[in-house]
Amino acid sequence: MSFLSYLINGISLGSVYAIIALGYTMVYGIAKMLNFAHGDIIMVGAFVTFTMVSTCGYPPMVGVLCAIVFCTVLGVVIERVAYKPLRGASKLAVLITAIGVSYLLQNLALLIFGSNSHQFTSVVALPNLKLADGALTISSVTIVTILLCIIIMVVLLTFINKTKIGQAMLAVSEDNGAATLMGIDVNRTIAVTFAIGSALAAIAGALLCSAYPSLTPYTGSMPGIKAFVAAVFGGIGSIPGAFIGGVLLGIIENLSKAYISSQLSDAIVFSVLIIVLLVRPTGIMGKKINEKV
Amino acid sequence: MAILEVKGLGISFGGLKVVDDFSVTIEKGQLYGLIGPNGAGKTTVFNLLTGVYKPDVGTIRLDGQNITGKKTIEINQAGIARTFQNIRLFKELSVLDNVKAGLHNHYVYSTVEGILRLPRYRKMERAMDERAMELLSVFDLDGERDFKASNLPYGKQRKLEIARALATEPKLLLLDEPAAGMNPNETAELMETIRFVRDHFDMTILLIEHDMKLVSGICEKITVLNFGQVLTQGNTTDVLNDRRVITAYLGE
Amino acid sequence: MKMNQKRKVFIQNLITYAIVIGCWIIIQIMIQTGNISSLLKGLLVPLCTYAILAVSLNLTVGILGELSLGHAGFMCVGAFSGAFFTNVAANVIPGTGLRLFFALLIGAAVAGIFGLLIGIPVLRLKGDYLAIVTLAFGEIIKNLINTLYVGVDAAGLHFSIKDTTSLGLDETGVVIIKGPQGITGTPKAATFTVGVIVLLITVFVVLNLINSRSGRAIMAIRDNRIAAESIGINVTKFKLMAFAISASLAGAAGVLYAHNLSSLAATTNNFGYNKSITILVFVVLGGLGNVRGSIIAAVILTLLPELLRGLNDYRMLIYAIVLIVMMIFNSSPKAIEMRAVLRERFKKKSKEAA
Repeated sequence: MSFLSYLINGISLGSVYAIIALGYTMVYGIAKMLNFAHGDIIMVGAFVTFTMVSTCGYPPMVGVLCAIVFCTVLGVVIERVAYKPLRGASKLAVLITAIGVSYLLQNLALLIFGSNSHQFTSVVALPNLKLADGALTISSVTIVTILLCIIIMVVLLTFINKTKIGQAMLAVSEDNGAATLMGIDVNRTIAVTFAIGSALAAIAGALLCSAYPSLTPYTGSMPGIKAFVAAVFGGIGSIPGAFIGGVLLGIIENLSKAYISSQLSDAIVFSVLIIVLLVRPTGIMGKKINEKV
Repeated sequence: MAILEVKGLGISFGGLKVVDDFSVTIEKGQLYGLIGPNGAGKTTVFNLLTGVYKPDVGTIRLDGQNITGKKTIEINQAGIARTFQNIRLFKELSVLDNVKAGLHNHYVYSTVEGILRLPRYRKMERAMDERAMELLSVFDLDGERDFKASNLPYGKQRKLEIARALATEPKLLLLDEPAAGMNPNETAELMETIRFVRDHFDMTILLIEHDMKLVSGICEKITVLNFGQVLTQGNTTDVLNDRRVITAYLGE
Repeated sequence: MKMNQKRKVFIQNLITYAIVIGCWIIIQIMIQTGNISSLLKGLLVPLCTYAILAVSLNLTVGILGELSLGHAGFMCVGAFSGAFFTNVAANVIPGTGLRLFFALLIGAAVAGIFGLLIGIPVLRLKGDYLAIVTLAFGEIIKNLINTLYVGVDAAGLHFSIKDTTSLGLDETGVVIIKGPQGITGTPKAATFTVGVIVLLITVFVVLNLINSRSGRAIMAIRDNRIAAESIGINVTKFKLMAFAISASLAGAAGVLYAHNLSSLAATTNNFGYNKSITILVFVVLGGLGNVRGSIIAAVILTLLPELLRGLNDYRMLIYAIVLIVMMIFNSSPKAIEMRAVLRERFKKKSKEAA
């Protein structure tokens, strides 16, 4: 029974990673940048929810909606102000700028909320699910997280495959220059991608902090990195890959915490990433790229 | 004496036979042309000869030595050097350093000797400088020795690539479309240079080219490739008058 | 007459050495005359450490052209192996200076070996994949050291990944590495002078490597791997060499770092990926492949938050904004164009004036 409960919790944690990774993989696929600030958007989302719910007393749903709106706008603004001027610059320059944005968000949060940890109240107010005569309890947050993750992935896939702007995203991620020639507004497409990625990060922030309620300005950085690992794991740029990578990562992390060592769980997660990449250098669902001579 | 002997070379990508049953013999000192329509597999032949791809079938012998399936580095050390269709210089390095990089395996000293500036470092560097300058002056590039390679004009970049290849002291030099992107004057000059390289360095040269003026002007023998297979080969004038060659290029 | 490139490089390198030695002399005078704040005094060894880290990372990122986000991991390996040696050899070699000397060699060697071992599988990957894997390796190293217990007694070394008691030491035994608590009681043997000497050695190694046959091979691989192979350069060998030298210099920096603290623990602040990123920022702002730039950027960016200490909570915020603005100003295609236009206009004006 305990194995089952570890497994389910793992899937739930993995679903949070997957939601973040979906945003990460889209942004990476389109802007070809390691957006180190993505993790901090999660933190911002969680703080907005926290403020709305715990400080201002609004219902959780309103809090989450506010967080989504706030992060969407924030994501677009960050892209416009910090990343857009660097389009066409070296990858390293963009990477360092993203790191600067990450520092900026963390320190703004530090200034406003202080470095102490805040107790986050769960946004899911449903009762826990008790199975097998109470031997197995699954928290409502866990169930909601897993369901939400699946819904988000399906919606995203439909959006990308069926809508015009989704197709434009695919085109831009394939070949930026050619997409421009085909009359696609690359700037707008990138902005939309950042908007979606940031909205997802806001949802992930609320869910993450509902499951692990301690909230600090640094809450987002490690999940952000792990979500990127998940995206790489599944094959960066691939939406099903991000989902599979995220869930696998969550399961591996939780099971190794439970059965091997809680201190070594991160090391194990990262080791698995390395092994996967050495066997399949572009991830589980990634495309193979050959250099033409 | 044959420098290069290729027999029954073939490779397929995803079921498509890109090069099929390719054979050629090149004598020492020959200027040999490899021509054919776009997509005929010419560059793939170069990539097979230089170990970028491993052939599925066939053998490659260089100066009697079997080099089939060897790595690019080993093949270069055995004596094949090449240039690339899309110029591949070391862009951030100086013109001189590009050639000195080509001398890598001929003027050897260890990393520790280099860091500690031991006498062998000084001796070898001086010898390298001299040799590299010799090569540069052959191509009239000695005035630009300290230029960044990417700052050279196009024609000179092509020449620098040849100089770098020659620095590795090859027995056989492969030139992949050396005249691509050049105007008629530059091409005429390039023809002179290629001829000069052959005579001055006693070199054997195999080149891919689309410019028929260049091919008919300097190549002694030609192989025509079409859909990965040898259409015909022989003396330049015979081959260029062959009806099948004209059909392959112009259609029925 | 145009100056020969070799001579130009020689003079540039001399300037770099002169700046480092000049700073050392100024600081010495300040110390002698008592004109140095305790804040700056405490920063002297860390400044050397960061400068060494930046120069060594520049070898991987600027010269080899591969993005590594795991540099703090090698620093961590060096710090722990060096501090471990200093504590174990306390009875064998009484002089702390001599022990530090050996510790530096050992830290550099162990980190170099780690660089080699990690480089063999990892350097087959490229770009962002390499970046994330090096980040992963850095985190793994930090995590493993956090769970490591090492003790020594008459029977020799004892290892455990559980706790102190499971080491099974006899009564003469001492625990040296205590898991999350790390190593305590390392003598603070790293002085500013030692730091400057190690920095000078690092600069010497990197600059001389760049201007040698091996350095040329490494830069050739950076500029065009396929062409480098085609002229007979062993790509794997030289990639590994650059990576291992870079790691071993970071290891030496780690030894300095460890000998400046009485207690050393592998925390996120010390050796986490954020530390690797901080070093990368030095390298990028100092200029890829520019050794002097790395040193200057490391010094300025380490001092900046300290100088802004008066602004308290705002200082890291300002740091972040400065970072973003500098990157946009330095690298944005539009900004570069604008600067070129301004320069032209300025030139024209000064010509007209003349």
